[in-house]
Amino acid sequence: MVARIVSTRTDAEVSLADTFGSAKATLPGNAVVKEMRETAFGAFAAHGLPHRRIEAWHYTDLRSMMREALPLAPLPDVRALEAVRVELAAAILPAGPRLLIVDGTYVPTLSDALPEGATVRSLADVLAEGRADLIDKLAAAKFAVGDSIVALNAALMQDGVVIEVAPGAVIAEPIHIVYATAAQTPVARFFRSLVVVGAGAKILVTESSLGAGGRVGQTFGALIFDVADRAEVGHTCMMTKTEPGSLRLDTFIAELGADVTFSSFALVHGEGLMRRQLFLRCVGDNTKAALNGVSLLKGRDHADTTLDVEHIGLGCEGRETFRYILDDSATGVFQGRIRVAPGAQKTDGKMMSRALLLSDDVVMNNKPELEIFADDVACGHGATCGGLNEDQLFYMQARGISRAEAESLLLEAFASELADNIGHEGLTAAFRAEVADWLAARTVKG
Amino acid sequence: MLEVKNLTVSIGDRKILDGLNLTVKDGEVAAIMGPNGTGKSTLSYVIAGKPDYTVESGEVLLDGENILEMGADERAAKGVFLAFQYPVEIPGVATMTFLKAALNAQRRQRGEDEMTTPAFAKKVREAAELLGIKNEILKRPLNVGFSGGEKKRMDILQMALLEPAMAILDETDSGLDIDAIRIVAEGVNKLRTGKRSFLLITHYQRLLNYIVPDTVHVMAQGKIVRTGGKELALELEKNGYRDFVTATAAE
Repeated sequence: MVARIVSTRTDAEVSLADTFGSAKATLPGNAVVKEMRETAFGAFAAHGLPHRRIEAWHYTDLRSMMREALPLAPLPDVRALEAVRVELAAAILPAGPRLLIVDGTYVPTLSDALPEGATVRSLADVLAEGRADLIDKLAAAKFAVGDSIVALNAALMQDGVVIEVAPGAVIAEPIHIVYATAAQTPVARFFRSLVVVGAGAKILVTESSLGAGGRVGQTFGALIFDVADRAEVGHTCMMTKTEPGSLRLDTFIAELGADVTFSSFALVHGEGLMRRQLFLRCVGDNTKAALNGVSLLKGRDHADTTLDVEHIGLGCEGRETFRYILDDSATGVFQGRIRVAPGAQKTDGKMMSRALLLSDDVVMNNKPELEIFADDVACGHGATCGGLNEDQLFYMQARGISRAEAESLLLEAFASELADNIGHEGLTAAFRAEVADWLAARTVKG
Repeated sequence: MLEVKNLTVSIGDRKILDGLNLTVKDGEVAAIMGPNGTGKSTLSYVIAGKPDYTVESGEVLLDGENILEMGADERAAKGVFLAFQYPVEIPGVATMTFLKAALNAQRRQRGEDEMTTPAFAKKVREAAELLGIKNEILKRPLNVGFSGGEKKRMDILQMALLEPAMAILDETDSGLDIDAIRIVAEGVNKLRTGKRSFLLITHYQRLLNYIVPDTVHVMAQGKIVRTGGKELALELEKNGYRDFVTATAAE
């Protein structure tokens, strides 16, 4: 007897199909883009939401965790934008131009102009105009092949920003991409942004969120970097301010030319279900890339960082360093794959994940992988899980420091050791403040 | 005044201190000497409040108050200080941050105001200069990458800042060269004022040339087996601990 396997679509998958069906006529883009959207949704529909039998999603079973698909966020109205304007005015961000994305839509009236050497346009405009080179970069077809969440984002992307930095331009202040929420009811937001960095240019891009509070939502974001030779690029992402019950799935893609210096740092300490998936390709020779991240998790938070780092050029250096602090019943996931293509000789890759477990009920899943097809490389990975060091705690207590303060000092030290990699004083201070807030809200047990 | 009365302590199934009695009066410098494995470090840890030990019986009184029920931080605020045999490295915590946290934590526990940053910085600089601790060391994470001598000096610096009533120095001389011993000893001698008491734990008589004790206790198999003046240390240096170990073993 042959068992018949019937693929049943979940409620969320059915809703997503309905959403695409009713929105596709109005989503931005010329005929080529509309075709791309159809193909992308087809790819999503063929596989459905990723689940535990898909290796890259093994520890974040979205199919069972995503019970419903929320309706697509409407364009923010005037009143909503006024509320965001007030919120933005109160936000503490280091100096630098701000680009506001409200419920997935770029809002130029709330955004600053970029300095000379850099331009910004809305994704919607770029998709409508259909410039082939930009559409090609936005499609990022070489990345995340088969990932249905990236496909879903491609099908439903509402808006975002496209930043172009001229060759040789040095943008001194960070460019802040700021996400805000406006809808009064739970909605889903799909945005995709692209940063094209010309040869020899220098730029720092940050992503952060305004703290609206009380708004459950689903966010599917993508940020793509296309970096030409000799450029120096920094990136930070503060994945904070999500609400319990929320879903935030970010895809980060970067393609790097030769002699590039690239550094990315992320802080994850929102609530709910969070996943950052990063796809990095070092295509040119002698490029240095560093991916760093700190995840601070408590309650029933679930945060997943999944890396796919591909070395293609000669003599590239990759450094991936991630830290987790898990408390209560939180779940952390770190998956890191380093791939060294045939011929990518002299690749120097190191990946490290360290987790501090503060409760018996936390779960940390570490899965580093190396796939090496060149014979003259130095690649390594490591992963550790452990508790706080009791000798250190006693030493501090013997000096009069309470157990709670001693724990805080050690946790702050553990989280902040990567802060030097941010490479910007104001952003480092903002990161430290976020860590301090998280620690202050933590209750010490025992 | 520190009074240890009939203290019996075990770790797991092993009895380490066995009905130990010891008194260190106000202003007294007492030395405890004894062979390896007799429980000297355990005694220092139990007084300081390390949680790994089980106190089977007995009391530890500081100025008449039993401190055994207190946490290590409370004991520190009451004036107990332990200079560690192996000071612990704390990566990521800047030395100055740590020192300030310790000083202010004790002040808060005692209901005193926290120290202002300029006053604190001045106090640290002065104490560091006396102990030959370079400024750049204060900027590093606590004890990370410090040499053995630097770590010990850092502990003595903490003692100078925290001004304890009862300071226990657990083999502070181990791993130090002659110059470092002299510097550490001078640091300790400067703090020998008023009511402050010291308990020096050491294997060797050498440290006691620099810090001259009022009393010398010999410890063997978890108890004090002989008490005398500073001349007892010289006798031990000459004859070793053999007599005491065999005498107690034969009991």
